[in-house]
Amino acid sequence: MKTTKTKSFIGFLIPLGAVLLALAIGAVMLLSLGANPISGYATMFGAAFGSVEGFSETAVKSIPLLLVGVGICIAFRANVINIGGEGQMVMGALLSTSVALIFPSVPSLLLIPMVLLAGAIGGAFWGSIAGALKAYFNVSEILSTIMLNIVAVQFMNFLLRGVMIDPGELTRGTGIPQTMRLTENADLPILLEGMRMHLGVPIALFVAFGAYILLWRTAMGFRLRSVGYNPHASRYAGISVPRNVTAALAFRGAMAGIAGAILVFGSESHRMVTDGGSTGFTGSAGFNGIVVALLAGLHPLWSIPSALLFGGMLVGANALQRAAQVPSALIIALNGLIVVFVVSSEYFKQRSLQVGRVALSDDESTETQGKNNE
Amino acid sequence: MDGDIFIQILVAAIAAGTPFVYAALGELITEKSGVLNLGVEGMMLVGAISGFIGMAKSGSLLVAVLCGMTAGALMALIFAVLTLTLMANQVASGLALTIFGVGLSAFLGLKYTSIALPGVPELHIPFLSDIPVVGRLLFSHDILIYSSLVLFGFICWFLYKSKAGLILRGVGEAPKSAHALGYNVIGIRYLAVLFGGAMAGLGGVYLAVAYTPMWVEGMVAGRGWVALALVVFASWRPLRVMAGAYLFGGITIAQFHIQGFGIEIPSQLLSMLPYIATIIVLVLISRDQKSIRLNSPASLGLTYHPNN
Repeated sequence: MKTTKTKSFIGFLIPLGAVLLALAIGAVMLLSLGANPISGYATMFGAAFGSVEGFSETAVKSIPLLLVGVGICIAFRANVINIGGEGQMVMGALLSTSVALIFPSVPSLLLIPMVLLAGAIGGAFWGSIAGALKAYFNVSEILSTIMLNIVAVQFMNFLLRGVMIDPGELTRGTGIPQTMRLTENADLPILLEGMRMHLGVPIALFVAFGAYILLWRTAMGFRLRSVGYNPHASRYAGISVPRNVTAALAFRGAMAGIAGAILVFGSESHRMVTDGGSTGFTGSAGFNGIVVALLAGLHPLWSIPSALLFGGMLVGANALQRAAQVPSALIIALNGLIVVFVVSSEYFKQRSLQVGRVALSDDESTETQGKNNE
Repeated sequence: MDGDIFIQILVAAIAAGTPFVYAALGELITEKSGVLNLGVEGMMLVGAISGFIGMAKSGSLLVAVLCGMTAGALMALIFAVLTLTLMANQVASGLALTIFGVGLSAFLGLKYTSIALPGVPELHIPFLSDIPVVGRLLFSHDILIYSSLVLFGFICWFLYKSKAGLILRGVGEAPKSAHALGYNVIGIRYLAVLFGGAMAGLGGVYLAVAYTPMWVEGMVAGRGWVALALVVFASWRPLRVMAGAYLFGGITIAQFHIQGFGIEIPSQLLSMLPYIATIIVLVLISRDQKSIRLNSPASLGLTYHPNN
């Protein structure tokens, strides 16, 4: 038996190795594009973390990643593989934008909590559809959330090109699918003069700490984790599995919805805007949040540095594109590589701790769960 | 006149369903071996751009198909190493593969976004293609559509009439027993995953080279996920996979024609149709848990440890 200290040390070292390995492959890709990898990475990380302005930009970019990631931590710990972050962000943003459009004159102190709550409700609603389909019809939540993502994006395109479009776009005839500049009362206050860092950053951090307390310091969190570890034993102990699965999906949807709302009210244009593409509004944060959570080992607090890393890569990618004409698609590929390595590193983690048998019993527990759900 | 439109829709539905046929039949084989690969979307995307590049560079359809299939299989190889050798979780690895595929295909396709390919000509079969209705419907397609039918025939034969297919199904149902009988469970699963990847790649090639002969970032647009749903929908039977694929192709096409019939529905709401249809179908199918349990490979999605 190794000590918990060694365990957490290895748990920290292996994801770090995965990131470094992915960056090494990224260096090869940079070389193939004719760019110098060392100066390339220096540009990237310098832009993201080298200055207060850069870091403030990175922090803002990390908000949706962190919120979605924390939601994933909760859901995956309850063994709910929900990949509906994209759709839940969109629905949260749509509902919160509608609230701001309907009540433009409500004072900030009241309106900001209102739009955030609307975001949470919108996201939780969209997540709970998948939850209900799972609980009552046993529809795989992986497939239903993917379909709901696409439905939500089309719904957004419909609204942003229809009733919610900026009247100015119609008179100018440009027809960009975006709302008008939303009421200033709903603007998230800027925290540092002249920079992007706004109220969304402390909100996201607060949510991450809240999730940590929820998961490890409350009875509800215990039930969620218990259902994830072993639904059979949980049911035996009197814990309702469907109720906790639904709760996990609702939490996760609410967090993605808040992320969507913050994306609208913390944006520089203070509009909800898309480009008609499937990730035009979210910038894939609903998917990349999964990467953030996996790299963080499904821990809400480790998700904070993890989200900063990926947020920093987004900021750095833009800088790299400007400085060396390196396409930002490289960064998406790098994100994928990091997940691939993180996922594979589980094996080495298990091995180094000599707890391979735990992995086996984990699998068997999911097997029994599958059988009992049917 | 109306009949003409009807035939046109059916012909278009077959074309729209063909990417699903390839990807879903490939995934069917993978799942029959007991492995759940959620990376279909990523494999299709990488297959699509590789096929597109092959076609743009060489002008030969055969090269495009080979490029796409190889690329899909290579993507599947990453997944196979992760889940079969390193015994990583299949769900997480599949998601990782899709995220990686989305980025990699966007990266590879940067220089190819503004190129249009000539497309794949329809085969003209003397006499047969000239038969009024049936000729249009059955004998006016391109070669990739006919080869998808050959693939379907092969898979039916392979799964239910060949010894190798029996072994494959055995591995998916009871890997421990198959191992005890001396079959190499991991090796067989490797082959099944690689085949699934090659077919997903081919489905991508069909999209990028024949269906809409150009490259657009993320052009697979959720079709890989629909293909995964189709396998469940078909309760792991090849004939039902085909039926589901064409049905789905039909719904995709119907959205373009509904407005033609004078029904005023915004196009965005119409594009939701196929996905809402998938959810409804999943609800109907999943309600009957007994049928799912009887038909799904018993070890689907579970990691197999040969030494335990």
